[in-house]
Amino acid sequence: MSSTSTVALDVEGLSVDIRTPAGTARAVDGVGFSVRSGQTLALLGESGCGKSMTAQAIVGLLDPVAHVSDGAVRLDGTDLLTLDRAARRRLAGPGISIVFQDALTALNPVQTVGAQLAEPFRIHRGLSRRAARKRAMELMERVGIPDAGARMSAYPHQFSGGMRQRLLIAMAVALDPSVLLADEPTTALDVTIQSQIMELLRELRAERDMAVVLITHDLAVVAEQADHVVVMYAGRVVEAGPVKEVFAEPRHPYTKGLLESMPERVGRGTGLQSIKGSPPDLHSIPGGCVYQDRCPMVRDRCRTERPRLTVVDAEAGSDHSAACHFSEELAHA
Amino acid sequence: MPTFVRRRIVSSAIPLVVVVLGVFCLARLTGDPAKLYLPLSATPEMRTEFLARNGFDRPVLSQLLDYLGNVFTFDFGESLRTGQSAAGMALRAFPATLQLAGTTMLLAIVGAIVIGSWAAYRPNSVADRIASLLSMTAGSMPDFWFAIMGVLIFAVTLGWLPTSGVVGGPEVWVLPVITLLIRPFGVLVQVVRGSMVTALSAPYVKVARSKGASEPRVVFGHALRNAAPPVLTVAGDLTVGLVNGAVVVETIFGWPGIGKLMIDSILQRDFAVLQAAVLVTAVTIFALNILIDLCHALLDARVRQVVPA
Repeated sequence: MSSTSTVALDVEGLSVDIRTPAGTARAVDGVGFSVRSGQTLALLGESGCGKSMTAQAIVGLLDPVAHVSDGAVRLDGTDLLTLDRAARRRLAGPGISIVFQDALTALNPVQTVGAQLAEPFRIHRGLSRRAARKRAMELMERVGIPDAGARMSAYPHQFSGGMRQRLLIAMAVALDPSVLLADEPTTALDVTIQSQIMELLRELRAERDMAVVLITHDLAVVAEQADHVVVMYAGRVVEAGPVKEVFAEPRHPYTKGLLESMPERVGRGTGLQSIKGSPPDLHSIPGGCVYQDRCPMVRDRCRTERPRLTVVDAEAGSDHSAACHFSEELAHA
Repeated sequence: MPTFVRRRIVSSAIPLVVVVLGVFCLARLTGDPAKLYLPLSATPEMRTEFLARNGFDRPVLSQLLDYLGNVFTFDFGESLRTGQSAAGMALRAFPATLQLAGTTMLLAIVGAIVIGSWAAYRPNSVADRIASLLSMTAGSMPDFWFAIMGVLIFAVTLGWLPTSGVVGGPEVWVLPVITLLIRPFGVLVQVVRGSMVTALSAPYVKVARSKGASEPRVVFGHALRNAAPPVLTVAGDLTVGLVNGAVVVETIFGWPGIGKLMIDSILQRDFAVLQAAVLVTAVTIFALNILIDLCHALLDARVRQVVPA
């Protein structure tokens, strides 16, 4: 958690609107965070909270129905949102890169994995077919695919799920990006493979001094992997800070609820708590706090006034912050 | 790969045998050949003599064996009209049809890939709607009507193009090709569009963009090959349709291909030529189907995997 490393990615007030038949909905609302080189930030939240949308907005790969309506995404100081398409393309790979969730559909089924791994070198470095192929093979070896030379001309369907995810990671780190986003990279895998993939990501991060943004709904993964965590709910950041502090003392009732629903944290014999209800419909987000309908400590003020993300303990010198009017009450609870 | 090719050829041999037998039945079992071949005024002696000369008085089984032997040596006898070898006539007419069908399909496929991909790139945009409307119109255009209108406007009224025939420069190709092209083109644009919309929304397209691939590279390098199989299948079907359906267009434009040969043979009861023409067409269609399967296998490694017996 050294503050000597530089801020690689700085997201500020990022908002994404999506057009739907029912009108425009704000899927991401004023999200901000920053990640330093060599560190991992986890973007935590349940399905539909806007974490994947945030990641796609950052790398500029939103679906046509969605667009960034506000905010800034600074990569090593340059705001990506102000760049034209060609300039963004030049940074896609060497500057910022993303690993997707489902490695089977994320790999092109009709191209050899060798060709797909060589593509970044062909596009950005202008390497010859032969030279790019050589780099691709080294990359395949680096991510732990046995017999890389022979498997270069194999197709994605000839690999196991874990191996496919390794290939996808290899493609993403090919050009040493300063920022790597990983969108639920282990969701489709079984547990033993999951830990191998997370280990690989950790190694690569250290070796290449990348800033990693890990998108996940898995609290255990956050606890093991991340330095910082940003908790999202209904498109907004509800709590953010160093993982240790946030997990030890959550200052937003949603984070607290999430942690209480984790079997590992609840002792044997104690009932597992779940958060009642479901997230609000993005078309009709209530005024005030987004969490009001599910919050056990909701008051009148929560229904009228939107809580801002504020540092919870200014004296402590930490950046642990929460968007709750009554976060004080959760301290030492 | 060789295993795949071998299996494919063996599996298409069986229907080919059925076609060969079908052609035999068509000629012999639809009635008394003497009644079909000879004029109504022919005497019974002439009929008997005709049957004996052509071997029609022998048992059907021995006729069949003879016929199969002839098919293998590609000997269908002589044309009643010209006295030339029937097989030779069919083979001489065939290249004209192949050229016409080949040129047409090449233009239709290339055009459909460009227009269809362009429409699929932004689904529901103005460009997409225009392309869809025009391709739908083209796909439902009756070719005989279009051919006659084309002749009327461009050949008769404006005098820009010849009405028929193959003598002359490239202008003789214009009306036949456009007439044959219009329906396959319309159909293919729709298939390409549909297939490309699916391919372009696949996650691997996003991954390609995340690697910094240019849009042409994304569309033609990544999406198109995935979108190709349905296009290939439909294009193959349409080509078969062109070879078969050349009858109408070849008749209207006086194009000396196999379609015109078949029509002329039917009208003049020239069965030997008709049999040869049908068989040449059938073999071509089988060959085409094998070719399409091979293309599928080349495009997608998953097709090549031979399931162990």
